[in-house]
This record gives sequence, structure tokens and C-alpha cells, in this order.
Amino acid sequence: METVPKGENAQTSLKVRVWRGDAAGGEFREYAVPARENQTVLDVVTQIQREIEPDLAYRFACRVGMCGSCAMEVNGRARWTCRTHVKRVAAPGEALEIRPLANLPVIRDLATDMAPFFDKWARAGGTFQPKDAPDGAVPAEFSVVPPESKQRREADAGIECIGCGVCYASCDIVAWNPDYLGPAAMNRAWTLVNDVRDGARRERLEAVSGDAGCHSCHSTQSCTERCPKNLDPSSAIAGLKRTLFWDSLWGRLR
Amino acid sequence: MSPDMRGRSHPTYIAFILHRVSGLLLALFLPLHFWALGQAIQGEAALDGFLRWADNPLVKFAEWGLVVLLALHLAGGLRVMALEFLGWRARQKDMVAISAGVAFAAGVLFLLNVG
Repeated sequence: METVPKGENAQTSLKVRVWRGDAAGGEFREYAVPARENQTVLDVVTQIQREIEPDLAYRFACRVGMCGSCAMEVNGRARWTCRTHVKRVAAPGEALEIRPLANLPVIRDLATDMAPFFDKWARAGGTFQPKDAPDGAVPAEFSVVPPESKQRREADAGIECIGCGVCYASCDIVAWNPDYLGPAAMNRAWTLVNDVRDGARRERLEAVSGDAGCHSCHSTQSCTERCPKNLDPSSAIAGLKRTLFWDSLWGRLR
Repeated sequence: MSPDMRGRSHPTYIAFILHRVSGLLLALFLPLHFWALGQAIQGEAALDGFLRWADNPLVKFAEWGLVVLLALHLAGGLRVMALEFLGWRARQKDMVAISAGVAFAAGVLFLLNVG
């Protein structure tokens, strides 16, 4: 007698529309995979690649929400596919629609080129500059910032970002202005502005000001709404604006 | 191609749209506003003529729309100022609700005064 694998119903299948193409363009193609009681969107993409389309390009590594490499647009919203259960985004019988992340160049199918995203982290001054070792060398003594102190809590607020690009893909300002640094890069800059051990505050604030920086943010707050780590890049950008406002007013910038 | 709103249907995005659209519509109204003020310079008769015209219900209704737009834009602007200067973190949706409430209240007050 044939046995049906546990949790799998041979009768029901899940319709999936997957964007296939490259930088030159592409289109949605429809696939059907077995609908399971418990499956993540990443499981579905993997199933398609292993069983139907071996040349489907996508990216993942850890499968448990630590690496930040599997983000895609699922039914119109950027998400980590590994931490998104199909039943959370599609009602029974409803189709899944999977696209590569928006606002980034497509390499092929569901894999985007993350280089512009990380270049902007660098442009926003995302590298820690130790105060006592401006050349980037490791200082002889580490300064201690107590975990309970206000300064530490402010620096910690956005520190858990793993650079998945979900906020960047959800941001309309990035879509409107390709030079705009975006939420993740400015969240990083704000984290370092709040780090009392950092010595590059002025350069960093200058790097994030102006048209490509925090002043272009319209506070639509899609970044905060979508961040899978529940961080608040929107308030980080507001913090940068606020700091720049007072620093410019009191002439602390130059 | 119509924009995909599935990723944009959340309160703070809607607050942004309302702020932006109300600002644009108010900017479109400004020339009419200045023209009406200009009538006062032309003399009392011209202004009175305009004010009589402005008394008809359709214009009153349009005025109510203007008051709501102004209230929306003001409340939306206060939201942005509060967000940027007070550094509130988790209370943004409450702030959107308060902004909408202020705008709605202004509209209702205007209607009560008209009657």
C-alpha cells in the first residue's frame, strides 16, 4: 500500500508564481508544489528548484533567520523567506507570488546584486572608528560602556541589523532616488553616532546629510514596518536629522 | 502600471500620502485664495459680490473640504515634527491616529459653525 508522507496531502497543491529572468527583464512563471501543513516560502522555492526547475537561481544560507540572505518579495512584501510560513501569507487555495527584492539589480531569477546596498553602508560611514586609534588600529585598552547605561542602550537599539535588505527594498525613497543611502545604512550610521567609543561623528554626520541622506526621508516608515528584527530604522533616520539640526544650529559641524 | 499597494498599506504610509496630497491640493487652492483677497483691494462691492457667491451651499461644502485639507496637512506636519524632534519610537501609530482625530475634529467643528 502506498503511504502518504506525514503532513502531506497528495490531493492539494500550492500554486506559485515565480519571477524568472535577469537584468534584461523577465516574467512570472507558474508552478505547482505539494501543499504541506508546515512549510516556509524558502521550502517552496527549494522544492521548485530541486524537483521542477534545476536552473532556478535564488540565495539562502542558514535557513533560521540569522544570515539575512534569503529575502525576497512574497505577495508584494519584502520578507525573509526562511522565517515566513506559507499559511501566514497565503490563505488556503491562494497562490504565492515570489519576486526578487525591489530596488536592487537582478542577477538572475530571485537573486539580486546586493553590492549597491553594501556600498551605501560604506558611504554612510558604517565603519567603526576607534577614538583613540584614528588609523583604525585596535586600541591598547578597550573602553567599557556599561550595558545599563543610556549611551549603551542608544547604541544597542539598532545594532542587531544583519543587512538582509528588506528595509531597503521596502523604501520608496530608494526607488525614487537611486543615490539615497537607505534605511539600513543610516541605521548603522546612527548606531555609530551613538557609540561613545567612536571618533568619526562629524564625518559620519556629513556623509548622511543632504539629498542622498537622511533629509530625503519622508517618514513613510515602511522600513520600520517591515524589519524582520523589529528594528526601527525610521527613528534612526529621525535621530540623524535631529542631531544634524541642533549641530548645525549651534555651529558644531564645522 | 498601477503601483503595488500591498507593501504600502500601513498607517504611517497612509499618513505620508495624506500629508503630501493635502499639501499639493492646498497649493493648487492658493491662487484662488490670493485672488479672493485681491477682491478686497478692488473695493467693497467686488468683495461683497464674491462673499455672496461664497455663501452658496456648494461653495460652503468645498470650503469644508479645504478646512479638512488644512487640518490634515497641519496634523501631518505636527506628526513629522514630533517624530523628528521628540524622537518618539514606538508611538508612531498613535500619533497617526491623533493626527487623523485632530483633522476630523476640525472638520466637524467647521460644519457645526456653518449650521
